[in-house]
Amino acid sequence: MRKLFIEELIKQAEKNKKIILIVGDLGYGVIEPFKKKFPERFYNAGVAEQSMVGLASGLALKGFHVFIYSIANFSTFRCAEQIRNDIDYHKLAVTVVSVGSGLSYGNLGYSHHCIQDYSLLRSFPNTIIAAPSNNQELIITMNYLFKNPQPSYLRLDKSLDLNCEKKISSITPGKWIFYKNNKNKNIIISTGSVMKNCKKILKSKRNYDWATIPMWSMKSKKSQLKKIKKYNNILSVENHLQDGGFGSWLNESLIQQKSVNLNIFFRSKFLNSKVIGKVGSEDYLNKKYGLK
Amino acid sequence: MTIYKSLSLKVRKSILKIAYLSQASHIGSSLSIVDILSVLYIKYLKSKKNSFILSKGHGCLAQYCILKEMGFISEKILKTFGKNNTILMSHASHKVPGIEFSTGSLGHGLPVSAGIALANKINKSKSRVFVLLSDGELNEGSNWESFLFCSHHNLNNLTVIIDYNKIQSIDFVKNTLKIEPLKMKFESFGCRVLNVDGHNHKKLLKVFSTQSLKPLVIIANTTKGKGVKFMENTVMWHYKSLGLSDYKKAVKEIK
Repeated sequence: MRKLFIEELIKQAEKNKKIILIVGDLGYGVIEPFKKKFPERFYNAGVAEQSMVGLASGLALKGFHVFIYSIANFSTFRCAEQIRNDIDYHKLAVTVVSVGSGLSYGNLGYSHHCIQDYSLLRSFPNTIIAAPSNNQELIITMNYLFKNPQPSYLRLDKSLDLNCEKKISSITPGKWIFYKNNKNKNIIISTGSVMKNCKKILKSKRNYDWATIPMWSMKSKKSQLKKIKKYNNILSVENHLQDGGFGSWLNESLIQQKSVNLNIFFRSKFLNSKVIGKVGSEDYLNKKYGLK
Repeated sequence: MTIYKSLSLKVRKSILKIAYLSQASHIGSSLSIVDILSVLYIKYLKSKKNSFILSKGHGCLAQYCILKEMGFISEKILKTFGKNNTILMSHASHKVPGIEFSTGSLGHGLPVSAGIALANKINKSKSRVFVLLSDGELNEGSNWESFLFCSHHNLNNLTVIIDYNKIQSIDFVKNTLKIEPLKMKFESFGCRVLNVDGHNHKKLLKVFSTQSLKPLVIIANTTKGKGVKFMENTVMWHYKSLGLSDYKKAVKEIK
């Protein structure tokens, strides 16, 4: 997924001279092709994430679309106020990229577990979260961001490299992409790199359909109710803690909606906070702490 | 009287009036930077060619008053400062015509200014970028991250001005976190550093026009509350708002 990200960025940078990549001294073995091809549009901000976000904001003020790249919580929590005040408040064309969604870096410990990022990013009103769950979703969400440069967060898995045969024709924030649609009254809704987990869960839930939401935001929450109310059972799946996560976001779309007599059973699969402090492979931790 | 002195006088009077009407704080912080802003706005910021970020966003009343004098905003709008539903919030706001970037949390202005300076270099533009920081603000680590970047990339189109009034939020700088030797610190970070009297227009003009191969840092030695004797060099006037008798007394002192 990381390599595909760089390939797509290079393709766009060839056409669009306003694309800039800044890395936070990470991306070895991934970012080099961009650096080689566009040395004048590649910067290593060093191990200095607050400075990196400020730089990106200044460049975006002058019309550039800046991608800032780091791993896990470094490009989000470490510089959270810069994202809030500089990027989101000023509605700047900066895409914050974080590699290592969920427990991708399972063995590296809590510092590298990216399991609270949705809760931070979705509290920013102008920011779109892009959490692609396979290569096709990555390409289409990146194309959306190229065409609509704005405050955005791109959450990449470290090593997930799932191709899917499904053709995705278009994407907008809040749009559902169906991977199983048999007109069931029950549905699994997921976001991000939990594709493999969802496939396993589906095996035991044969009367469920399945859709992903690859892009979502505070502003696209309202559009969910119309789709959700067609179902009796909803099961949300995410590799993130429950609090402030994707399931919470989806659930909130049901709250305070007028004159709707809903009879929906809403359940969620998420990472249990007991995972904090534990290490192991991504698969091991996911299974043990909630994504069976 | 020079145009700079005349503008500074008007702005100081205006700061006191608006601060009194809105019962605002940060009067000392605003009076401290009036002369720096007067020179910058007349000499460099009349058009949109150059950029300016007030990183010490709490001094925005001085900037708003200058913007009024320069014709960016009206007297009517200025009088809404700090009132309900105004665009003139009490920290610098990009919603106000003439202000490029909102600040208020310290340590944001320099990295963003570095980004603008970098963009100007990429675009081969000769525009300059000015950023004004407070001395207390230098406690923020983001500034030092940014100085590393600025000197590594030779951002000599960037001028960093330090409003060195020696007082920070609740105490004197020297009692909080020692920042001396300040000039040496910036030099060791790869900047060209000049000291100046931050209230002397002629000297400010000279240092601002200095050509440099490195990022330029100007340590402007200033007095917090400059122009009103009972406010000068006091911690209290970072926060205190003006009562009527103090207001009348203060206005008489502005000459």
